[in-house]
Amino acid sequence: MLITQLKSKETIVSLVSGKAFIINCQGCKEVSFPEKEAGELQKELVADGKVTGIITTDYICNPKNMMLRLQPYMAEIDAADTILVFSCGVGVQTVAEYFEDKKVCAACDTIELPGYQGVTPLQHDCDQCGECYLNLTGGICPITACSKSLVNGQCGGSKNGKCEVDPNMECGWERIYRRLEKLGRLDLMKCPTQVRNYATDDEVK
Amino acid sequence: MKITELFKQGEFVVSAEVGPPKGINVDHLVEEAKTYLSGITAVNVTDNQSSVMRLGSLATCKVLKDAGLTPIYQLTCRDRNRIALQSDLLSAAMLGIENVLCLTGDHTKMGDHPQAKPVFDLDSVSLLHTIKLLEEGVDLGGNKLVGEPPKFAKGAVVSPCSDSVDAQLAKMERKVAAGAEYFQTQAVYEPEKFIQFMEKAKQFGVPVQLGIVIPKSAGMAKFMNDNVAGIHVPDEMLAELRADKEKTKAGITGIEIAARIIKECKPYCQGVHIMALGWESKVPALLELAGL
Ligand code: SF4
Ligand code: SF4
Repeated sequence: MLITQLKSKETIVSLVSGKAFIINCQGCKEVSFPEKEAGELQKELVADGKVTGIITTDYICNPKNMMLRLQPYMAEIDAADTILVFSCGVGVQTVAEYFEDKKVCAACDTIELPGYQGVTPLQHDCDQCGECYLNLTGGICPITACSKSLVNGQCGGSKNGKCEVDPNMECGWERIYRRLEKLGRLDLMKCPTQVRNYATDDEVK
Repeated sequence: MKITELFKQGEFVVSAEVGPPKGINVDHLVEEAKTYLSGITAVNVTDNQSSVMRLGSLATCKVLKDAGLTPIYQLTCRDRNRIALQSDLLSAAMLGIENVLCLTGDHTKMGDHPQAKPVFDLDSVSLLHTIKLLEEGVDLGGNKLVGEPPKFAKGAVVSPCSDSVDAQLAKMERKVAAGAEYFQTQAVYEPEKFIQFMEKAKQFGVPVQLGIVIPKSAGMAKFMNDNVAGIHVPDEMLAELRADKEKTKAGITGIEIAARIIKECKPYCQGVHIMALGWESKVPALLELAGL
C-alpha cells in the first residue's frame, strides 16, 4: 500500500506561478489519497482564479490511459503554465515525461507502507522516499533514476551519458540536467543543499 | 596548515596523492612520501579508492602528519552514514588534520566488495554543508557541539573534461554554495578543454588545482579512455606513448606529457594535484620538468 500526503500549502501555492491545470489520480485502491485536504486546497486555488481545469481520474501511471483521459482537456492544459499532479511519484513522472516542455509539479509526497505497492509501473519507478523531489528535477525521480540516489546533482562517474555502475543505463542526473535545460529551469540546479530524510514518519519530519 | 591559506597568499599549490595499502604496514608508504613528496605542499590520502577496501584514510593521515607532511583527508559518502561521517570529522580535527576533500565516492559495485551496501546517506554537497554546520558548532541533527568547534579547509572535486561538463559545472556551483573552498580536478589530458572549463569556473571565485595522472603507458591510457569517467587521452598522445615502447625511454614520455599539460594549464589555475598511482618516485622529476 502507498500513502500520498499533501506537500505543505505554501509549497503547493508557490509551485503555481501562473495558472495551473490540476490532475488528481485516484487509481489504486491501495493508495491512500488525501482526498479531502486536496479538494479544499484546490477549491482555494480555483477561487483565486489560478486554475484552468481539474480532472480526477485513475491510473495515470499508464501512459496510454493517461493520454486518453487527458485528451478532452488539451485546451485547458495549453492555457496553464503548470500541471499540478496529485498522485504518487510514478504518476507525476509519467505526466512529466509526456509533457516534456511543460512545468509538471508534484503536489504530494509518497510514503511507504509495507505490503502491496499499487500498480506495477511501466517505465517509471518511485521508491516512496517520503519527500518527493520531482519539482526540483524536472519530473525525473533522482531516487530511482540515479544508482546512488543522489539529490544534489551528478557524481563524477558518468561517461558518455551513461552511469558508472551500468553502461547500459542512462545517467539519471544527465537526464535531469537535459530535461531542466529543455524546460528552461536550470535555475533549479542552484536550489539549496538537499539532505535526505529517512525518518518519514510524522514525528521526526 | 590549511592549504586555503596558501591559495590566499597567491601560491601555486602542489599536492600529490597516496593510496593506503591493503594491510597494516605503512612503512613503505611513509618512506616514499617522505623521500619524494616532502617538497610539495600537501598529500591527499584516498578513502578506500575505487571502492577497494584498504587501510583507513584517517589513520594514514595521522601517520603522515607525524612524519612531518601535511595530509589532506579524503572522505567519501559511500561507506558511512551521517553519524559516522561527522564522528570521523571530529576525530580528524582532534588529531590536528586540517584539510579535507569531500567526495560522493564510487559505487560499491565498482570495487572488490560488490556485495556491500552502498550508503550514500549524504553526498559530496551535503557533506560539505554538514562540515560547515560543524564549524558553526552544531551537528546535522541540530545539536550543539561541546567546546571549540572544528575548522577545516574544505575541498571538493570536479571533472573538467567530462562529456557532461555543464552538469559538472552546475554541481561545482552547488558545492561552492555548500562551502567548498578549493577544488581538485579529475585527470586532464586535454588542456584546451580545461582552459575552456576554467573560463566558466572562474566566476565561482574558488581556487582550482589541475588534476594530473602520469600516463605510464599507452595501455594505461587506453584503459582510462575505455573505463574511467571524465578522462580522454587524445590519439596523438596515445601515439606518442606507443612510440615510447623502446625500453630506453620507458616512462619518460609520460612524464614529458604530464609536464607539458601542467605548463600549458598553469596560467589558468591555482595549483596542481598529482595522482602518481605508484609512481611517487617520479613526482620530483615531473615537477622539475614542469618548472615547479
Ligand atoms: S522523489 Fe522519487 S521516490 Fe521520492 S516520492 Fe518522488 S517519485 Fe517517489
Ligand atoms: S553516473 Fe549518474 S546515475 Fe550513476 S550514480 Fe552518478 S549521477 Fe547517479
